[in-house]
Amino acid sequence: MSDSNVSRRELLKTLGSSMILTTAGVGVLPPVLAQHVHSAVMDVKSLDGGANYQPKYLNKHEFATMRRLSDIIIPADQHSKGAIDAGAAEYIDFLCSRSQEFADIFTGGMGWLDEAMRMRYGSTFLDAKPEQQTAMLDLIAYRKNESAELGPGILFFRWARNVVVDAYYTSPVGIADLGYMGNTAVSQFSVPQSALEYALRRSPFANG
Amino acid sequence: MPQVQRSPQVHDVVVIGSGAGGGTAVKVLTDQGINVTLLEAGPMLNPQKDFKEHVWPYEVDNRGAGAAAELYFGRQQWNYFAAPNGYWQVPGEPYTVAKDSQWQWFRSRILGGRTNHYGRISLRFSDYDFKAYSFDGLGRDWPVTYEEMSPWYDKAEEFIGVTGTREGLRTAPDGKFLPPIPPRVHETLVQKSCAKLGIPCIPSRMAMLTKSVHGRAACHYCGQCGRGCWTASAFTSSQAMIFPAMKTGKLNIITGAMARELITDSSGKVTAVSYVDKATRTEKQIRCRAVVVAASACESARILLNSKSSLFPNGLANGSGQVGRNLTDTVGFSLSGHIPALEGMPRHNCDGIGGMHVYVPWWELDKKNKEFPRGYHIEISGGFNMPELGNYHGIAQTREGYGTPLKDEVRRQYGAHVGLSGRGDMIPNEHTYCDIDPNQVDQFGIPVLRFHFKWSEHEIKQAEHMRQTFASIIETMGGNVLGVGNPRRDGTGISIGGSIIHEGGAVVMGDDPKTSVLNRYCQAHEVKNLFVADAAPFCGNPDKNVTLTIVAMAWRTSEYLAEEMRKGNV
Repeated sequence: MSDSNVSRRELLKTLGSSMILTTAGVGVLPPVLAQHVHSAVMDVKSLDGGANYQPKYLNKHEFATMRRLSDIIIPADQHSKGAIDAGAAEYIDFLCSRSQEFADIFTGGMGWLDEAMRMRYGSTFLDAKPEQQTAMLDLIAYRKNESAELGPGILFFRWARNVVVDAYYTSPVGIADLGYMGNTAVSQFSVPQSALEYALRRSPFANG
Repeated sequence: MPQVQRSPQVHDVVVIGSGAGGGTAVKVLTDQGINVTLLEAGPMLNPQKDFKEHVWPYEVDNRGAGAAAELYFGRQQWNYFAAPNGYWQVPGEPYTVAKDSQWQWFRSRILGGRTNHYGRISLRFSDYDFKAYSFDGLGRDWPVTYEEMSPWYDKAEEFIGVTGTREGLRTAPDGKFLPPIPPRVHETLVQKSCAKLGIPCIPSRMAMLTKSVHGRAACHYCGQCGRGCWTASAFTSSQAMIFPAMKTGKLNIITGAMARELITDSSGKVTAVSYVDKATRTEKQIRCRAVVVAASACESARILLNSKSSLFPNGLANGSGQVGRNLTDTVGFSLSGHIPALEGMPRHNCDGIGGMHVYVPWWELDKKNKEFPRGYHIEISGGFNMPELGNYHGIAQTREGYGTPLKDEVRRQYGAHVGLSGRGDMIPNEHTYCDIDPNQVDQFGIPVLRFHFKWSEHEIKQAEHMRQTFASIIETMGGNVLGVGNPRRDGTGISIGGSIIHEGGAVVMGDDPKTSVLNRYCQAHEVKNLFVADAAPFCGNPDKNVTLTIVAMAWRTSEYLAEEMRKGNV
């Protein structure tokens, strides 16, 4: 991420020095140069911090737990990569380092989770068997299981799911999963006929 | 207390505020060869540095959550990627809300003001909007007619560039339009749904350039107008009006200048503007021949109310007691729907211009026995948008669970939602106004505004009509209603006053000095060299967004001021 930021800054600096003074005034970027910015920002590396990532706030156990949790929430599957490749745990660790309120939710939630797993299975979430991990998540991933015992876990999982979903779909692999094709410069706006026909055929207006 | 620094030089015109009104005044006055000094409470705008155009969420280290994860705690001021510097709460510049009232006040502190942030929907007011009282016995008549305003709308549209088509509708007067932009797929479905219901749905009228205009490049259709546009293809007063005026040699800009009050002489004319230089917190005075106040409707009222003297004990030009009165916002109500027909649609780039490509103008003007007197228009959202934080919380909450089924659900619903937002007429009422809070000042010692707000039955019934209509539109296209869109709502689903960011009134214009502050040229009845050029002069708040009318009215006001200066009357 930092590499691409540097190259983007460099590019903007170059653009800045060659900025054309149009009649519209300073600070106005001609479309041809805007296109170069688009190609530059497309060249972005994976956000996964990798094996050598040093967590900023979470301890090693918490970070590994978060990685595992994120992998279960948004796994890699036959369709696309998952939350590990999206850097979800790194994103959460970063926000924990910036907000005590945010950090407390996540460290508190993981603390609750480990204790609940120890009570049930005699080991932490991370050390438990995969089927034990998902058995616990099958309890806390649904509002219908709301109880005095599970309440804090359900609340934590809601946070974890929301933030992992955020991290995933704002990453290159998540954007590719959805198939968003914009954030680019085009000279004309048009709608593909195939897409229009697809929707109309499935709509109540199929016959006009 | 250090001494007030007074400039010896007498400036021709001081303009307070650089948004749609102030920017227009700067453009028109400098075009006429008049020297203008512009006071802006925020900093200079630097588009290359300030605009986050084309940045992906993963290119910023918090992906847009804010430096301290503000997004997750509902404390984010405004979208992280949006153009600077818009605030729901300006640091150090509070306002208060009276007991039993709810009000939200969005302010910008940057050159260009809220033109950096607005949706750029550009609608002319209708003939009956200017004659509201004559039309249905409610509200006020304006001292101008549509016929008088029409040429000024022409000028405004030709200069800022507005898309559209000629439709011949009384509720949506035609203008000087740039080519329209084709509808996205979901917008075509909305059009077909509306057609079945007998509701018009026409190409939108937006201040984005589908053709190059006045040296500004044509749009490149990235849909990110709200982030600020490097090519200035989306209108802002900063890029389209003020930057070019800087090259005339006629414009002097003072940024970081918070206007405190207007100073008058014994004859009752404004002689100087007193402002705080924010960087040093020193008091300065700038002498002038005339002043154009365009600080935004409420901020302009605040300046007048704080300009008290023995001649003007209730605030400047306020013999009528109307300053702060007639305050309005737009009626807002939003509903979203899930549209199965759109699920799994072949992916394509549908960014287009930032915002809707089609919209619904009011259609029940001539209906008999209406339950509420005024109308609304409908704004449409949807499509394959760039994913941002929070976009899929709703799906996650509804689907619950985890794993591949959750991924499949988000993918299935991506691009299959449509949002409908009503924007309706608010009639001024006696319970809605702003005054000076006697107990609070801001960080500069300037007394702050206190807001009083109440919707009447007229607006609440209108919001209920929106709810029923939007549900019909969604269901007619085979969709399922998901729920009221915006969390900023009270029990009825109607928006909180101020939250649509269309404040108008507060320094109202009229022919009678006993019931209005400004004359038909937005010149104060009581102070001949004082003009107001934002939405403060507005006598009502029709179902058309205010900005185009701010530009048209400010243009007219500025040409009148220039003429009066030439004649020696000001």
